[in-house]
Amino acid sequence: MAPTKATFWKRNQLRLAPWLFLAPGVIMFAIYVIAPIFQSIWISFFEWDGLGPKKWVGLANYGELWGDESFYLSLKNNIAWLVLYMLAVPAGLAVALFLNQTVTGIRLYKSLFFFPFVISQVVVGLIFTWFYAPSFGLLTGLIKVLTGSDVAILANDRLATYGIIAAGLWPQIAYCMILYLTGLNNINSEQVEAARMDGARGWRLLWNIILPQLGPATFIAVVVTVIGALRSFDLVSIMTQGGPYGSTRVLSYFMFEQALSEYGFRMGYGAAIAVVLFLIMMVFISGFIWRMLLQERNA
Amino acid sequence: MFPTPVQKAPAWVRIAYQLLLPLALVVWLLPLIGVAITSIRPAGDLAAGNYFGMPSHFAGFENYSAVFNDSPIGQFILNSFKVTIPTMIGAVGLSCLTGFALATYKFKANLWIFFIFVAGNFVPFQILMVPVRDLSVRTGLYDSVYGLILFHTAFQTGFCTLFMRNFIKALPFALIESARVEGVTEWRIFLHIVLPLMRPAIAALSVLIFTFVWNDYFWATVLVQGEHAMPVTAGLYALNGRWVAAWHLVSAGSIVAALPPVAMFFLMQRHFIAGLTLGATKG
Repeated sequence: MAPTKATFWKRNQLRLAPWLFLAPGVIMFAIYVIAPIFQSIWISFFEWDGLGPKKWVGLANYGELWGDESFYLSLKNNIAWLVLYMLAVPAGLAVALFLNQTVTGIRLYKSLFFFPFVISQVVVGLIFTWFYAPSFGLLTGLIKVLTGSDVAILANDRLATYGIIAAGLWPQIAYCMILYLTGLNNINSEQVEAARMDGARGWRLLWNIILPQLGPATFIAVVVTVIGALRSFDLVSIMTQGGPYGSTRVLSYFMFEQALSEYGFRMGYGAAIAVVLFLIMMVFISGFIWRMLLQERNA
Repeated sequence: MFPTPVQKAPAWVRIAYQLLLPLALVVWLLPLIGVAITSIRPAGDLAAGNYFGMPSHFAGFENYSAVFNDSPIGQFILNSFKVTIPTMIGAVGLSCLTGFALATYKFKANLWIFFIFVAGNFVPFQILMVPVRDLSVRTGLYDSVYGLILFHTAFQTGFCTLFMRNFIKALPFALIESARVEGVTEWRIFLHIVLPLMRPAIAALSVLIFTFVWNDYFWATVLVQGEHAMPVTAGLYALNGRWVAAWHLVSAGSIVAALPPVAMFFLMQRHFIAGLTLGATKG
Protein backbone atom coordinates (compact mmCIF):
# COMPACT_ATOMS: atom_id res chain seq x y z
CA MET A 1 0.00 0.00 0.00
CA ALA A 2 2.65 2.45 1.05
CA PRO A 3 4.49 2.81 -2.24
CA THR A 4 1.35 3.44 -4.31
CA LYS A 5 0.25 6.02 -1.79
CA ALA A 6 3.57 7.75 -2.09
CA THR A 7 3.39 7.82 -5.85
CA PHE A 8 -0.20 9.05 -5.79
CA TRP A 9 0.93 11.92 -3.62
CA LYS A 10 3.91 12.54 -5.84
CA ARG A 11 1.86 12.57 -8.97
CA ASN A 12 -0.82 14.84 -7.60
CA GLN A 13 1.15 16.94 -5.20
CA LEU A 14 1.07 20.09 -7.29
CA ARG A 15 -2.66 19.78 -7.81
CA LEU A 16 -3.55 19.06 -4.19
CA ALA A 17 -1.05 21.22 -2.36
CA PRO A 18 -2.79 24.56 -2.98
CA TRP A 19 -6.04 23.24 -1.53
CA LEU A 20 -4.34 21.91 1.57
CA PHE A 21 -2.63 25.23 2.13
CA LEU A 22 -5.86 27.11 1.53
CA ALA A 23 -8.17 24.90 3.58
CA PRO A 24 -7.80 26.36 7.11
CA GLY A 25 -8.03 29.99 6.03
CA VAL A 26 -10.79 29.42 3.51
CA ILE A 27 -12.92 27.43 5.98
CA MET A 28 -12.61 30.11 8.67
CA PHE A 29 -13.36 32.87 6.19
CA ALA A 30 -16.33 30.96 4.76
CA ILE A 31 -17.87 30.39 8.20
CA TYR A 32 -17.41 33.88 9.60
CA VAL A 33 -17.54 36.16 6.55
CA ILE A 34 -19.00 34.57 3.42
CA ALA A 35 -21.82 32.47 4.85
CA PRO A 36 -23.11 35.25 7.15
CA ILE A 37 -23.62 37.52 4.12
CA PHE A 38 -26.08 35.01 2.63
CA GLN A 39 -27.61 34.26 6.02
CA SER A 40 -28.25 37.96 6.54
CA ILE A 41 -29.98 38.21 3.18
CA TRP A 42 -32.10 35.20 4.15
CA ILE A 43 -32.93 36.61 7.59
CA SER A 44 -34.05 39.87 6.01
CA PHE A 45 -37.14 38.05 4.73
CA PHE A 46 -38.21 37.10 8.26
CA GLU A 47 -39.50 38.71 11.37
CA TRP A 48 -37.24 37.50 14.17
CA ASP A 49 -36.36 38.61 17.69
CA GLY A 50 -33.14 36.59 17.72
CA LEU A 51 -34.45 33.92 20.09
CA GLY A 52 -37.91 32.66 19.18
CA PRO A 53 -39.07 31.11 15.91
CA LYS A 54 -38.60 33.06 12.68
CA LYS A 55 -41.70 34.19 10.85
CA TRP A 56 -41.55 34.52 7.05
CA VAL A 57 -42.69 37.95 5.95
CA GLY A 58 -41.33 38.06 2.40
CA LEU A 59 -40.39 41.57 1.34
CA ALA A 60 -42.30 43.22 4.18
CA ASN A 61 -39.10 44.43 5.88
CA TYR A 62 -38.02 46.14 2.69
CA GLY A 63 -41.50 47.55 2.27
CA GLU A 64 -41.28 49.01 5.74
CA LEU A 65 -37.86 50.47 4.97
CA TRP A 66 -39.29 52.14 1.88
CA GLY A 67 -41.64 54.16 4.06
CA ASP A 68 -39.33 54.70 7.03
CA GLU A 69 -38.34 58.33 7.66
CA SER A 70 -35.33 57.25 9.73
CA PHE A 71 -34.03 55.14 6.87
CA TYR A 72 -33.90 58.11 4.51
CA LEU A 73 -32.33 60.27 7.17
CA SER A 74 -29.62 57.64 7.72
CA LEU A 75 -29.07 57.31 3.99
CA LYS A 76 -28.77 61.06 3.65
CA ASN A 77 -26.22 61.14 6.45
CA ASN A 78 -24.29 58.32 4.79
CA ILE A 79 -24.05 60.43 1.66
CA ALA A 80 -22.87 63.40 3.71
CA TRP A 81 -20.20 61.17 5.26
CA LEU A 82 -19.15 59.86 1.88
CA VAL A 83 -18.85 63.30 0.27
CA LEU A 84 -17.23 65.14 3.17
CA TYR A 85 -14.92 62.26 4.07
CA MET A 86 -13.42 62.64 0.60
CA LEU A 87 -11.86 65.89 1.85
CA ALA A 88 -9.39 63.65 3.67
CA VAL A 89 -7.75 62.79 0.33
CA PRO A 90 -6.72 66.33 -0.78
CA ALA A 91 -6.10 67.33 2.84
CA GLY A 92 -3.85 64.31 3.32
CA LEU A 93 -2.00 65.25 0.15
CA ALA A 94 -1.57 68.81 1.40
CA VAL A 95 -0.11 67.65 4.71
CA ALA A 96 2.14 65.17 2.91
CA LEU A 97 3.45 67.93 0.61
CA PHE A 98 4.04 70.13 3.63
CA LEU A 99 6.04 67.40 5.37
CA ASN A 100 7.93 66.10 2.33
CA GLN A 101 11.18 67.85 3.25
CA THR A 102 14.50 66.73 4.62
CA VAL A 103 15.06 69.02 7.57
CA THR A 104 16.32 67.65 10.87
CA GLY A 105 13.72 65.81 12.91
CA ILE A 106 11.29 65.48 10.02
CA ARG A 107 10.92 61.74 10.59
CA LEU A 108 9.62 62.37 14.07
CA TYR A 109 7.26 65.03 12.74
CA LYS A 110 5.89 62.60 10.20
CA SER A 111 5.20 59.94 12.81
CA LEU A 112 3.61 62.42 15.18
CA PHE A 113 1.34 63.70 12.41
CA PHE A 114 0.30 60.12 11.81
CA PHE A 115 -0.55 59.62 15.47
CA PRO A 116 -4.35 60.18 15.30
CA PHE A 117 -4.73 57.12 13.10
CA VAL A 118 -3.12 54.80 15.62
CA ILE A 119 -5.46 55.56 18.49
CA SER A 120 -8.88 53.99 18.77
CA GLN A 121 -11.94 55.78 17.40
CA VAL A 122 -13.46 55.42 20.86
CA VAL A 123 -10.73 57.67 22.22
CA VAL A 124 -11.07 60.05 19.25
CA GLY A 125 -14.82 60.20 19.88
CA LEU A 126 -14.42 60.92 23.58
CA ILE A 127 -11.82 63.61 22.91
CA PHE A 128 -13.99 65.43 20.38
CA THR A 129 -17.12 65.14 22.50
CA TRP A 130 -15.21 66.97 25.16
CA PHE A 131 -13.94 69.57 22.70
CA TYR A 132 -17.49 70.17 21.52
CA ALA A 133 -18.87 70.39 25.05
CA PRO A 134 -21.20 73.36 25.40
CA SER A 135 -19.93 76.45 27.21
CA PHE A 136 -16.41 75.23 28.05
CA GLY A 137 -15.32 73.07 25.05
CA LEU A 138 -12.30 74.38 23.18
CA LEU A 139 -13.90 74.08 19.73
CA THR A 140 -17.13 75.58 21.03
CA GLY A 141 -15.08 78.50 22.27
CA LEU A 142 -13.38 78.83 18.90
CA ILE A 143 -16.73 78.89 17.11
CA LYS A 144 -17.95 81.50 19.55
CA VAL A 145 -14.97 83.71 18.74
CA LEU A 146 -15.53 83.26 15.00
CA THR A 147 -19.31 83.53 14.77
CA GLY A 148 -20.27 85.18 18.03
CA SER A 149 -22.84 82.51 18.87
CA ASP A 150 -22.67 79.75 21.43
CA VAL A 151 -23.66 76.49 19.73
CA ALA A 152 -23.68 73.05 21.28
CA ILE A 153 -22.75 71.25 18.09
CA LEU A 154 -23.55 67.70 19.17
CA ALA A 155 -26.90 68.74 20.61
CA ASN A 156 -27.91 70.54 17.44
CA ASP A 157 -29.80 68.29 15.05
CA ARG A 158 -28.60 70.18 11.97
CA LEU A 159 -24.92 70.37 12.92
CA ALA A 160 -24.24 67.21 14.92
CA THR A 161 -23.49 64.98 11.91
CA TYR A 162 -20.95 67.47 10.61
CA GLY A 163 -19.34 67.65 14.01
CA ILE A 164 -18.90 63.87 14.00
CA ILE A 165 -17.58 63.85 10.44
CA ALA A 166 -15.00 66.47 11.42
CA ALA A 167 -13.84 64.18 14.22
CA GLY A 168 -13.60 61.31 11.75
CA LEU A 169 -11.58 63.37 9.31
CA TRP A 170 -8.81 63.83 11.82
CA PRO A 171 -7.50 60.23 11.75
CA GLN A 172 -8.51 59.77 8.11
CA ILE A 173 -6.37 62.71 6.96
CA ALA A 174 -3.46 61.14 8.83
CA TYR A 175 -4.02 57.89 6.96
CA CYS A 176 -4.14 59.58 3.53
CA MET A 177 -1.08 61.60 4.46
CA ILE A 178 1.01 58.51 5.11
CA LEU A 179 -0.11 56.98 1.80
CA TYR A 180 0.92 60.12 -0.07
CA LEU A 181 4.22 60.43 1.79
CA THR A 182 5.11 56.94 0.62
CA GLY A 183 3.98 57.82 -2.89
CA LEU A 184 6.04 61.03 -2.93
CA ASN A 185 9.04 59.06 -1.76
CA ASN A 186 8.90 56.98 -4.91
CA ILE A 187 8.43 59.76 -7.43
CA ASN A 188 10.63 59.59 -10.50
CA SER A 189 12.95 62.53 -9.78
CA GLU A 190 14.36 62.65 -13.32
CA GLN A 191 10.93 63.42 -14.72
CA VAL A 192 10.42 66.12 -12.12
CA GLU A 193 13.77 67.71 -12.89
CA ALA A 194 13.11 67.54 -16.63
CA ALA A 195 9.75 69.25 -16.16
CA ARG A 196 11.43 71.91 -14.03
CA MET A 197 13.95 72.52 -16.83
CA ASP A 198 11.00 73.10 -19.11
CA GLY A 199 9.77 75.76 -16.75
CA ALA A 200 6.98 73.84 -15.03
CA ARG A 201 6.55 74.74 -11.38
CA GLY A 202 4.01 75.05 -8.61
CA TRP A 203 0.49 73.96 -9.43
CA ARG A 204 1.23 72.98 -13.02
CA LEU A 205 4.08 70.74 -11.97
CA LEU A 206 1.90 69.18 -9.26
CA TRP A 207 -1.05 68.66 -11.58
CA ASN A 208 0.74 67.42 -14.70
CA ILE A 209 3.77 65.55 -13.37
CA ILE A 210 3.35 64.71 -9.70
CA LEU A 211 -0.33 63.72 -9.44
CA PRO A 212 -0.24 61.22 -12.31
CA GLN A 213 2.68 59.49 -10.59
CA LEU A 214 0.72 59.45 -7.34
CA GLY A 215 -2.11 57.55 -9.04
CA PRO A 216 -1.73 54.34 -7.01
CA ALA A 217 -1.57 56.27 -3.73
CA THR A 218 -4.67 58.24 -4.68
CA PHE A 219 -6.51 55.05 -5.57
CA ILE A 220 -5.79 53.46 -2.20
CA ALA A 221 -6.56 56.69 -0.36
CA VAL A 222 -9.96 56.85 -2.08
CA VAL A 223 -10.64 53.17 -1.36
CA VAL A 224 -9.87 53.38 2.35
CA THR A 225 -11.76 56.65 2.65
CA VAL A 226 -14.91 55.27 1.00
CA ILE A 227 -14.77 52.18 3.18
CA GLY A 228 -14.12 54.32 6.25
CA ALA A 229 -17.06 56.60 5.46
CA LEU A 230 -19.51 53.76 4.95
CA ARG A 231 -18.24 51.92 8.01
CA SER A 232 -18.69 54.94 10.27
CA PHE A 233 -20.21 53.49 13.38
CA ASP A 234 -17.85 53.97 16.29
CA LEU A 235 -17.91 57.76 16.33
CA VAL A 236 -21.68 57.98 15.97
CA SER A 237 -22.14 55.46 18.74
CA ILE A 238 -19.66 57.19 21.06
CA MET A 239 -20.45 60.82 20.39
CA THR A 240 -24.23 61.00 20.01
CA GLN A 241 -25.73 57.48 19.93
CA GLY A 242 -27.53 58.56 16.81
CA GLY A 243 -29.12 61.57 18.50
CA PRO A 244 -30.29 64.26 18.90
CA TYR A 245 -33.67 62.93 17.70
CA GLY A 246 -31.95 60.36 15.52
CA SER A 247 -30.41 63.10 13.38
CA THR A 248 -26.90 61.61 13.31
CA ARG A 249 -27.85 58.02 12.49
CA VAL A 250 -26.09 56.40 9.58
CA LEU A 251 -27.18 53.08 8.09
CA SER A 252 -24.63 51.11 10.11
CA TYR A 253 -25.80 52.64 13.37
CA PHE A 254 -29.50 52.50 12.44
CA MET A 255 -29.09 48.80 11.73
CA PHE A 256 -27.45 48.19 15.09
CA GLU A 257 -30.12 50.18 16.86
CA GLN A 258 -32.94 48.20 15.28
CA ALA A 259 -31.37 44.79 15.74
CA LEU A 260 -29.54 44.99 19.00
CA SER A 261 -30.30 47.74 21.41
CA GLU A 262 -32.83 48.84 23.95
CA TYR A 263 -35.02 49.95 21.04
CA GLY A 264 -35.75 46.34 20.17
CA PHE A 265 -34.43 43.12 18.79
CA ARG A 266 -35.71 43.28 15.23
CA MET A 267 -33.14 41.05 13.57
CA GLY A 268 -35.06 40.75 10.29
CA TYR A 269 -35.52 44.49 9.90
CA GLY A 270 -31.92 45.07 10.92
CA ALA A 271 -30.76 42.51 8.36
CA ALA A 272 -32.74 44.31 5.65
CA ILE A 273 -30.96 47.58 6.50
CA ALA A 274 -27.64 45.73 6.43
CA VAL A 275 -28.44 44.32 3.00
CA VAL A 276 -29.04 47.82 1.64
CA LEU A 277 -25.75 49.02 3.12
CA PHE A 278 -24.05 45.95 1.70
CA LEU A 279 -25.41 46.65 -1.78
CA ILE A 280 -24.15 50.24 -1.62
CA MET A 281 -20.74 48.96 -0.56
CA MET A 282 -20.84 46.31 -3.29
CA VAL A 283 -20.94 49.03 -5.96
CA PHE A 284 -17.58 50.28 -4.70
CA ILE A 285 -16.15 46.82 -4.02
CA SER A 286 -16.93 45.72 -7.58
CA GLY A 287 -15.09 48.78 -8.82
CA PHE A 288 -11.98 47.94 -6.80
CA ILE A 289 -12.07 44.30 -7.85
CA TRP A 290 -12.50 45.30 -11.47
CA ARG A 291 -9.40 47.47 -11.29
CA MET A 292 -7.44 44.71 -9.60
CA LEU A 293 -8.54 42.27 -12.28
CA LEU A 294 -7.26 44.57 -15.01
CA GLN A 295 -3.96 44.87 -13.17
CA GLU A 296 -3.62 41.12 -12.82
CA ARG A 297 -4.28 40.67 -16.53
CA ASN A 298 -1.58 43.20 -17.38
CA ALA A 299 0.93 41.69 -14.98
CA MET B 1 11.88 65.90 -5.02
CA PHE B 2 8.58 67.74 -4.82
CA PRO B 3 7.93 70.27 -3.45
CA THR B 4 11.28 72.03 -3.89
CA PRO B 5 13.48 71.35 -0.85
CA VAL B 6 13.49 74.29 1.55
CA GLN B 7 17.28 74.13 1.55
CA LYS B 8 17.17 75.58 -1.96
CA ALA B 9 14.69 78.28 -1.02
CA PRO B 10 15.52 81.79 0.23
CA ALA B 11 16.52 82.08 3.88
CA TRP B 12 13.21 83.57 5.04
CA VAL B 13 11.31 80.57 3.63
CA ARG B 14 13.62 78.19 5.47
CA ILE B 15 13.12 80.00 8.74
CA ALA B 16 9.38 80.28 8.23
CA TYR B 17 9.19 76.55 7.53
CA GLN B 18 11.19 75.68 10.62
CA LEU B 19 8.85 77.83 12.71
CA LEU B 20 5.71 76.57 11.04
CA LEU B 21 6.51 72.88 11.56
CA PRO B 22 6.23 72.75 15.36
CA LEU B 23 3.31 75.16 15.28
CA ALA B 24 1.39 72.99 12.84
CA LEU B 25 2.17 69.93 14.91
CA VAL B 26 0.82 71.49 18.08
CA VAL B 27 -2.40 72.51 16.33
CA TRP B 28 -2.74 69.08 14.75
CA LEU B 29 -2.23 67.24 18.02
CA LEU B 30 -4.14 69.73 20.16
CA PRO B 31 -6.82 67.16 21.00
CA LEU B 32 -4.21 64.72 22.26
CA ILE B 33 -2.26 67.35 24.13
CA GLY B 34 -5.49 68.43 25.77
CA VAL B 35 -6.19 64.89 26.90
CA ALA B 36 -2.66 64.33 28.15
CA ILE B 37 -2.75 67.52 30.23
CA THR B 38 -6.21 66.80 31.55
CA SER B 39 -5.15 63.35 32.65
CA ILE B 40 -2.78 64.99 35.15
CA ARG B 41 -5.22 67.74 36.15
CA PRO B 42 -6.67 67.66 39.66
CA ALA B 43 -10.45 67.25 39.85
CA GLY B 44 -10.71 70.60 41.64
CA ASP B 45 -9.51 72.42 38.49
CA LEU B 46 -12.46 71.14 36.49
CA ALA B 47 -14.89 72.21 39.20
CA ALA B 48 -13.28 75.65 39.21
CA GLY B 49 -13.71 75.95 35.44
CA ASN B 50 -10.03 75.47 34.59
CA TYR B 51 -10.57 73.07 31.68
CA PHE B 52 -7.82 74.03 29.30
CA GLY B 53 -5.37 76.15 31.26
CA MET B 54 -2.34 74.90 33.15
CA PRO B 55 -3.21 72.36 35.86
CA SER B 56 -2.94 73.95 39.31
CA HIS B 57 -0.75 71.06 40.38
CA PHE B 58 0.38 67.67 39.07
CA ALA B 59 -2.31 65.11 39.88
CA GLY B 60 -1.28 62.44 37.41
CA PHE B 61 -0.53 59.95 40.13
CA GLU B 62 -3.95 60.35 41.81
CA ASN B 63 -5.85 60.23 38.52
CA TYR B 64 -4.14 57.19 37.08
CA SER B 65 -4.26 55.24 40.31
CA ALA B 66 -7.94 56.15 40.67
CA VAL B 67 -8.55 54.78 37.19
CA PHE B 68 -6.81 51.52 37.98
CA ASN B 69 -8.11 51.08 41.51
CA ASP B 70 -11.71 52.19 41.20
CA SER B 71 -12.53 50.76 37.79
CA PRO B 72 -12.06 47.39 36.07
CA ILE B 73 -9.83 48.96 33.41
CA GLY B 74 -7.02 46.57 34.32
CA GLN B 75 -9.34 43.69 33.51
CA PHE B 76 -10.38 45.38 30.25
CA ILE B 77 -6.78 45.83 29.18
CA LEU B 78 -6.06 42.20 29.99
CA ASN B 79 -9.10 41.14 27.95
CA SER B 80 -7.89 43.22 25.02
CA PHE B 81 -4.55 41.44 25.13
CA LYS B 82 -6.31 38.08 25.38
CA VAL B 83 -8.22 38.86 22.21
CA THR B 84 -5.55 40.70 20.27
CA ILE B 85 -2.54 38.43 20.61
CA PRO B 86 -4.17 35.11 19.61
CA THR B 87 -5.90 36.90 16.72
CA MET B 88 -2.62 38.32 15.54
CA ILE B 89 -0.97 34.90 15.59
CA GLY B 90 -3.98 33.17 14.04
CA ALA B 91 -4.64 35.58 11.19
CA VAL B 92 -0.99 35.98 10.25
CA GLY B 93 -0.43 32.22 10.45
CA LEU B 94 -3.45 31.34 8.32
CA SER B 95 -2.59 33.95 5.74
CA CYS B 96 0.98 32.69 5.39
CA LEU B 97 -0.60 29.48 4.13
CA THR B 98 -3.30 31.03 1.96
CA GLY B 99 -0.98 33.69 0.61
CA PHE B 100 1.57 31.05 -0.34
CA ALA B 101 -1.07 28.95 -2.08
CA LEU B 102 -2.48 31.87 -4.06
CA ALA B 103 0.91 33.26 -5.03
CA THR B 104 2.69 30.11 -6.14
CA TYR B 105 0.15 27.75 -7.72
CA LYS B 106 -1.69 28.16 -10.98
CA PHE B 107 -5.19 26.74 -10.83
CA LYS B 108 -8.54 27.80 -12.17
CA ALA B 109 -10.16 29.12 -9.02
CA ASN B 110 -7.04 30.96 -7.88
CA LEU B 111 -7.97 34.51 -8.82
CA TRP B 112 -11.57 34.01 -7.71
CA ILE B 113 -10.60 32.85 -4.25
CA PHE B 114 -8.22 35.78 -4.01
CA PHE B 115 -10.91 38.27 -4.97
CA ILE B 116 -13.37 36.75 -2.51
CA PHE B 117 -10.83 37.31 0.27
CA VAL B 118 -10.31 40.89 -0.87
CA ALA B 119 -14.01 41.66 -1.28
CA GLY B 120 -14.94 40.01 2.01
CA ASN B 121 -12.46 42.26 3.72
CA PHE B 122 -14.42 45.33 2.60
CA VAL B 123 -17.99 44.31 3.48
CA PRO B 124 -19.83 46.34 6.12
CA PHE B 125 -19.74 44.67 9.53
CA GLN B 126 -23.50 44.98 9.86
CA ILE B 127 -24.18 42.38 7.18
CA LEU B 128 -22.25 39.89 9.32
CA MET B 129 -23.59 40.99 12.66
CA VAL B 130 -26.79 39.01 13.13
CA PRO B 131 -25.49 35.62 11.87
CA VAL B 132 -22.12 35.91 13.63
CA ARG B 133 -23.78 36.83 16.90
CA ASP B 134 -26.25 33.99 16.47
CA LEU B 135 -23.44 31.54 15.68
CA SER B 136 -21.54 32.65 18.77
CA VAL B 137 -24.62 32.26 20.96
CA ARG B 138 -25.30 28.77 19.62
CA THR B 139 -21.71 27.59 20.06
CA GLY B 140 -21.49 29.04 23.56
CA LEU B 141 -18.81 31.52 22.53
CA TYR B 142 -20.98 34.61 23.06
CA ASP B 143 -19.73 36.84 25.86
CA SER B 144 -16.28 35.28 25.90
CA VAL B 145 -12.94 36.31 24.45
CA TYR B 146 -12.97 33.18 22.27
CA GLY B 147 -15.92 34.35 20.20
CA LEU B 148 -14.05 37.57 19.47
CA ILE B 149 -10.80 35.77 18.71
CA LEU B 150 -12.42 33.42 16.18
CA PHE B 151 -14.30 36.16 14.40
CA HIS B 152 -11.38 38.57 14.24
CA THR B 153 -9.03 35.83 13.08
CA ALA B 154 -11.36 34.85 10.25
CA PHE B 155 -12.09 38.42 9.20
CA GLN B 156 -8.50 39.66 9.32
CA THR B 157 -7.40 36.65 7.28
CA GLY B 158 -8.93 38.44 4.28
CA PHE B 159 -6.71 41.49 4.54
CA CYS B 160 -3.67 39.40 5.51
CA THR B 161 -4.13 37.12 2.51
CA LEU B 162 -4.19 40.10 0.16
CA PHE B 163 -0.96 41.32 1.70
CA MET B 164 0.84 37.97 1.86
CA ARG B 165 -0.12 36.91 -1.63
CA ASN B 166 1.22 40.11 -3.15
CA PHE B 167 4.35 39.90 -1.04
CA ILE B 168 5.15 36.32 -2.06
CA LYS B 169 4.29 37.10 -5.66
CA ALA B 170 7.13 39.62 -5.67
CA LEU B 171 9.68 37.04 -4.51
CA PRO B 172 11.84 35.41 -7.21
CA PHE B 173 9.84 32.43 -8.43
CA ALA B 174 13.00 30.69 -9.74
CA LEU B 175 13.79 29.86 -6.13
CA ILE B 176 10.68 27.72 -5.82
CA GLU B 177 11.02 26.31 -9.31
CA SER B 178 14.53 25.03 -8.76
CA ALA B 179 13.59 23.47 -5.42
CA ARG B 180 10.76 21.60 -7.16
CA VAL B 181 13.16 20.29 -9.77
CA GLU B 182 15.34 19.02 -6.95
CA GLY B 183 12.34 17.09 -5.66
CA VAL B 184 11.76 19.11 -2.48
CA THR B 185 8.19 18.59 -1.25
CA GLU B 186 5.78 21.52 -1.39
CA TRP B 187 5.50 21.71 2.39
CA ARG B 188 9.27 21.91 2.76
CA ILE B 189 9.46 24.58 0.06
CA PHE B 190 6.97 26.61 2.07
CA LEU B 191 8.66 26.00 5.39
CA HIS B 192 12.33 26.29 4.47
CA ILE B 193 12.43 28.53 1.41
CA VAL B 194 9.46 30.90 1.42
CA LEU B 195 8.66 31.33 5.11
CA PRO B 196 12.11 32.69 6.06
CA LEU B 197 11.77 35.30 3.31
CA MET B 198 8.38 36.38 4.63
CA ARG B 199 9.71 37.80 7.89
CA PRO B 200 9.20 41.46 6.96
CA ALA B 201 5.64 40.76 5.83
CA ILE B 202 4.92 38.85 9.03
CA ALA B 203 6.25 41.72 11.11
CA ALA B 204 4.27 44.33 9.18
CA LEU B 205 1.02 42.39 9.40
CA SER B 206 1.45 41.59 13.07
CA VAL B 207 1.64 45.24 14.09
CA LEU B 208 -1.24 46.19 11.82
CA ILE B 209 -3.52 43.43 13.06
CA PHE B 210 -2.61 44.22 16.63
CA THR B 211 -3.71 47.82 16.12
CA PHE B 212 -6.86 47.01 14.14
CA VAL B 213 -8.10 44.43 16.62
CA TRP B 214 -7.11 46.39 19.70
CA ASN B 215 -9.07 49.39 18.42
CA ASP B 216 -12.15 47.41 17.40
CA TYR B 217 -15.24 48.70 19.11
CA PHE B 218 -18.13 47.31 17.08
CA TRP B 219 -17.54 43.61 17.67
CA ALA B 220 -16.55 44.23 21.25
CA THR B 221 -20.07 45.62 21.73
CA VAL B 222 -21.86 42.97 19.68
CA LEU B 223 -20.17 39.80 20.93
CA VAL B 224 -19.49 40.69 24.57
CA GLN B 225 -21.75 41.83 27.36
CA GLY B 226 -20.02 41.30 30.69
CA GLU B 227 -16.98 42.97 32.19
CA HIS B 228 -15.15 39.65 32.46
CA ALA B 229 -14.56 39.51 28.68
CA MET B 230 -14.99 43.15 27.63
CA PRO B 231 -12.10 44.68 25.66
CA VAL B 232 -10.87 48.10 26.65
CA THR B 233 -12.60 50.01 23.82
CA ALA B 234 -16.07 48.94 24.89
CA GLY B 235 -14.97 49.13 28.51
CA LEU B 236 -13.80 52.71 28.20
CA TYR B 237 -17.14 53.71 26.73
CA ALA B 238 -18.95 52.00 29.59
CA LEU B 239 -16.72 53.81 32.08
CA ASN B 240 -17.40 57.10 30.33
CA GLY B 241 -21.02 56.64 31.32
CA ARG B 242 -19.98 56.06 34.90
CA TRP B 243 -17.53 58.97 35.07
CA VAL B 244 -19.99 61.62 33.99
CA ALA B 245 -18.09 64.89 33.53
CA ALA B 246 -15.06 63.49 35.40
CA TRP B 247 -12.92 64.44 32.43
CA HIS B 248 -9.66 63.96 34.30
CA LEU B 249 -10.55 60.26 34.75
CA VAL B 250 -11.90 59.86 31.21
CA SER B 251 -8.66 61.36 29.91
CA ALA B 252 -6.44 59.12 32.01
CA GLY B 253 -8.51 56.10 30.94
CA SER B 254 -8.23 57.12 27.29
CA ILE B 255 -4.47 57.41 27.55
CA VAL B 256 -4.24 53.98 29.15
CA ALA B 257 -6.46 52.44 26.43
CA ALA B 258 -4.51 54.09 23.62
CA LEU B 259 -1.05 53.29 24.94
CA PRO B 260 -0.49 49.71 23.71
CA PRO B 261 -1.12 50.38 20.00
CA VAL B 262 0.79 53.64 20.24
CA ALA B 263 3.76 51.85 21.79
CA MET B 264 3.50 49.16 19.13
CA PHE B 265 3.50 51.84 16.44
CA PHE B 266 6.57 53.59 17.75
CA LEU B 267 8.51 50.39 18.28
CA MET B 268 7.67 48.92 14.89
CA GLN B 269 7.14 52.10 12.89
CA ARG B 270 8.92 50.99 9.74
CA HIS B 271 6.93 47.75 9.52
CA PHE B 272 3.69 49.47 10.38
CA ILE B 273 3.99 51.99 7.57
CA ALA B 274 5.24 49.37 5.11
CA GLY B 275 2.08 47.39 5.83
CA LEU B 276 -0.30 50.29 5.64
CA THR B 277 1.05 51.72 2.43
CA LEU B 278 1.12 48.42 0.58
CA GLY B 279 0.24 49.14 -3.03
CA ALA B 280 0.61 52.90 -2.65
CA THR B 281 3.70 52.96 -4.82
CA LYS B 282 3.32 50.47 -7.61
CA GLY B 283 0.68 49.41 -10.07
